[in-house]
Amino acid sequence: MTRTIKEINEKIREGKAVVVTAEEIIDLVKEKGIKQAAREVDVVTTGTFGVMCSSGAYLNIGHAKPRIKLGGGRVYLNDVLAYAGLAAVDVLIGANALPDDDPRNRVHPGEFNYGGGHVIEELVAGKDIRLSATAYGTDCYPRKKLETWINIKDLNEAVLFNPRNAYQNYNVAANTSNKTIYTYMGVLKPNLGNISYSSAGQLSPLLNDPYYKTIGIGTRIFLGGGIGYVAWQGTQHNPNVARSENGVPRGGAGTLAVIGDLKQMNSRWLLGTSMLGYGCSITVGIGVPIPILSEEILTYTTVTDDAIFAAVIDYGGAYQNLEPGALGEVSYGQLKSGRVVIQGKEVPTASLSSYSRAVEIASLLKEWILSGEFQITEPVALLPGVESGITVKPLKERPIKD
Amino acid sequence: MVVSKRIVLHFPKRMGDRPIIYRLIKDYDLEFNILKALITPEDEGLMVLALSGEQENYDKGIKYLTGNGVRIQALSQDITRNEERCTHCGACITICPTDAFELDPLTRLISFDNEKCVACGVCIKACPPRAMEVHF
Repeated sequence: MTRTIKEINEKIREGKAVVVTAEEIIDLVKEKGIKQAAREVDVVTTGTFGVMCSSGAYLNIGHAKPRIKLGGGRVYLNDVLAYAGLAAVDVLIGANALPDDDPRNRVHPGEFNYGGGHVIEELVAGKDIRLSATAYGTDCYPRKKLETWINIKDLNEAVLFNPRNAYQNYNVAANTSNKTIYTYMGVLKPNLGNISYSSAGQLSPLLNDPYYKTIGIGTRIFLGGGIGYVAWQGTQHNPNVARSENGVPRGGAGTLAVIGDLKQMNSRWLLGTSMLGYGCSITVGIGVPIPILSEEILTYTTVTDDAIFAAVIDYGGAYQNLEPGALGEVSYGQLKSGRVVIQGKEVPTASLSSYSRAVEIASLLKEWILSGEFQITEPVALLPGVESGITVKPLKERPIKD
Repeated sequence: MVVSKRIVLHFPKRMGDRPIIYRLIKDYDLEFNILKALITPEDEGLMVLALSGEQENYDKGIKYLTGNGVRIQALSQDITRNEERCTHCGACITICPTDAFELDPLTRLISFDNEKCVACGVCIKACPPRAMEVHF
């Protein structure tokens, strides 16, 4: 069978679309078989809620009187350094940005209590944010200093733009060194004391469309509690990674760059995050609808945690030195059981990604589609796939010698 | 009936040199485990104790402490989880030394058992959304 997005949207408008989550589809296909399920189901919704460091927002604050040119000057939002390299009143705030006086890791592990991610959360939540800026002054923009409260409802634009989100699979982290280490994968106890992972597994957007056949530029998504779009492939998009029979990558592969209007988002789905000893970040909620255009597409959405594998990487030294190899390979089913066996040792596991929130996102997206408010978009261009030959490269360091 | 409770003791400044805990144990026959002690000269002292014994003796012991100016708080009120901020990610599970966090395998929600918590404080900074709070 085949189905078109146009047909799906017609059904959505008529309130007749059949939509299930990527979790529900598993049992549905077990019960009815692929053929029958493909005839019935129009859309499968996916979801994920995890820490996504490559995230930020750009704002247009409107012109002051007299005018000021922030571009080339210095701007702080709630004392967190923002980027002022874009025109007169366009400001960019990144999730990892910190206040100048944050001690960082001078006393290790640093707490990183407040940073860009927290500013974005507060902005979305409608709180007043303190903007403090200095500028060099020009004839057309004579002002040199600006101290003002800003609020999202007064901004001309507040756009969430995340260069790398929704990683298609990721490393599972462990630590074989004899010291506790503090990483973006959480606190890792020595001598394989614990393992952490971060993925929504069977609910994860790109793991349900492993070859990027439906998700592409222009795909409308759930983003931060509101509507967003896939803008581009995310940074480090890496389609050419080892894959299982079912097409699912066995390590970090594709990524998405996403964009959306911050004004219609919700701080429940954009949460300022502090990773001890690592830095500030933001936890982002993303949900992608997968239009069931064929039986093949449906088959991909039936992936289960037991069929998704990831390499256990040693953050006790190997990771830092880009050493290849892994301590082992585990399935998400095994990880979610709470314990896995690595090098003969039983190691407790914990997630950094909230599965219950991912379920909530997939369910919310399902409701939006069923209500007729959310229609599926045809991607303007698909993401580069395996045939593009793209692989992620390390830095080719070329030291500068005098 | 034997009771076992975790309590936070706040000692006023003038008490630093009096063997209060010794008397508590000797006179009221109570078993104790010191979970945390912060004694600074000329300042309010803080101690977290796990205290157990017969109900009657326990009650008398508490009365002895309060009678001597020690302020007592039940520990379970001290480490709390902000349910608004908790995202049920699960980062806390393998960090907690007393397994106070438990994952429900069906709902994948994390529960926090106050009774198991010994207020070590490790989860406070290890929680990414900073949902855990201390109120000493």
